[in-house]
Amino acid sequence: MPPIRRAPQDTGFNHPVPSEITSPALYARRREWLQRAGAGGAALALPWLAGTARAQATARPGRLSALPAQRSAVAGAMVMDRPTAYDDVTGYNNFYEFGPDKAAPARHASRLKTRPWTVVVEGEVRKPGTYDLDALLKLAPMEERIYRLRCVEGWSMVIPWVGWSLAHLIRRVEPTGNAKYVEFSTLADPQQMPQVSGRLLEWPYTDGLRLDEAMHPLTLLAFGLYGEILPNQNGAPLRLVVPWKYGFKGPKSIVRIRFVERQPVSTWMRSSPGEYGFYANVNPNVDHPRWSQASERRIGEDGLFTRKRATLMFNGYEAQVGSLYAGMDLQRHF
Amino acid sequence: MTGRPLAQRSAALALNRAAAHPFAKPLLLLLCLGPLAGWIWAGSQGGLGANPAETLLRGTGLWTLRFLCLVLAVTPLRVWAGLVALARWRRLLGLVAFFYALLHFLAYAWLDMGFDPAAVARDLGKRPFALVGFVAFVGLWPLAATSWNGAIRWLGAARWRTLHRLVYGIATLGLLHFVWMRASKNRASEAAVYALILGVLFVARWLHAHRTKSRPSGRQPTSPPK
Repeated sequence: MPPIRRAPQDTGFNHPVPSEITSPALYARRREWLQRAGAGGAALALPWLAGTARAQATARPGRLSALPAQRSAVAGAMVMDRPTAYDDVTGYNNFYEFGPDKAAPARHASRLKTRPWTVVVEGEVRKPGTYDLDALLKLAPMEERIYRLRCVEGWSMVIPWVGWSLAHLIRRVEPTGNAKYVEFSTLADPQQMPQVSGRLLEWPYTDGLRLDEAMHPLTLLAFGLYGEILPNQNGAPLRLVVPWKYGFKGPKSIVRIRFVERQPVSTWMRSSPGEYGFYANVNPNVDHPRWSQASERRIGEDGLFTRKRATLMFNGYEAQVGSLYAGMDLQRHF
Repeated sequence: MTGRPLAQRSAALALNRAAAHPFAKPLLLLLCLGPLAGWIWAGSQGGLGANPAETLLRGTGLWTLRFLCLVLAVTPLRVWAGLVALARWRRLLGLVAFFYALLHFLAYAWLDMGFDPAAVARDLGKRPFALVGFVAFVGLWPLAATSWNGAIRWLGAARWRTLHRLVYGIATLGLLHFVWMRASKNRASEAAVYALILGVLFVARWLHAHRTKSRPSGRQPTSPPK
């Protein structure tokens, strides 16, 4: 029997780290990826011939005003999953200001007036101020990013967002040394939002991030989806998207961004401290008390009788964001 | 039936006559299967929404609770409104409640758990809210199994009645399961409606039991429903 031959440096213990291993879901769709890469290559080549680079990847549904964007070059910003249908993305929403049922936001959000719109930036920053929406739209180049969205309720979507890294705004307002956290507050106007006069939650809806999380290039301030401005039910005119956290960590219709020294208490932490923590990172190993987080149902893609798919650590963004939480006990900091 | 005004008595009489019509029970059964027909129709049209599994899970659970309320309303209505003919609907309504509970469990075990008994067991162990619902579902089995006349004869009316008092505990667990699902949101109004309905029915039932106990001679004949 011939001796087993090894590469000279291979001691037999060079195991890949988990984040290097291709997920089975991705592996199973490698041909789709190749087709897409081919199509993407063609898409890259044609505009190149025409003189522009990195055109938007997703076709517009033609419902709202266009919000032109270029494909993002940020690592991890363009997942290969198939985007969820526009009608599902815009018809199945949690936006409790407009009602607790998934269809309520699409029904009632037409009452939301998104212009004029300003965002107050305050707290521990050298340059506080009030930003008009038009100024924000021009603050940085618009990028298209295809992110997975995992809801804490056990379903997921894939959404082509349009926006720019929140870091652009943070750098501009120059946080002081005391700024450790960022808190986002959203609109709470009972005239426009029927549930705000009710007791469903405490209004306004707020949530927060640690400053380094907020500065991460994947943390997106979104102004649109599917190449068009955000539909009201998805959080128009601007919302936060943090793809490695549960969806509720993306406050919608933001009116205030405050830099603070102490960890903010979010609306959900206030409402149910045993069930919702500050971090809310997608984690298949830490269950919500009333349901498992190990698996999820992809909206519009998984059939009624398909087994739910496995939820990925940090929603599949572990390679990009895992280092933010090095050494932390994620069972405790859920 | 003495103190009731004439109009009410004649209305009760008409309702009793309608309920006793040979077509009444098949019609009731068709009505009871309406929600199921609605899901099948919507499913074939792609009309179950973006998350069909959730629609079915929520829908079957809600209709189980509704049919439990309906079946528990039969005896109070018979006693307090004189709708004696409703008694012949009680078994049907009870079995329909069991049927929707079975659909609810199947929706959970199949759509959410992939029909994997180990996964179901693990999940129930982890989630008290789901376990409460499961206990209520298990509690319905002996009631459904003893719903036929032979079982009533075999058990004897007294023991059969005692066994079937389980339904009060089952309905309470079902309500708890529903309220628990909505915990952490101030969304109590819908659950409060069911709590109120069940509360009123329980009190009515208790008053009736109390009256019949203190007046043994005036006890109404409680033959098994035909």
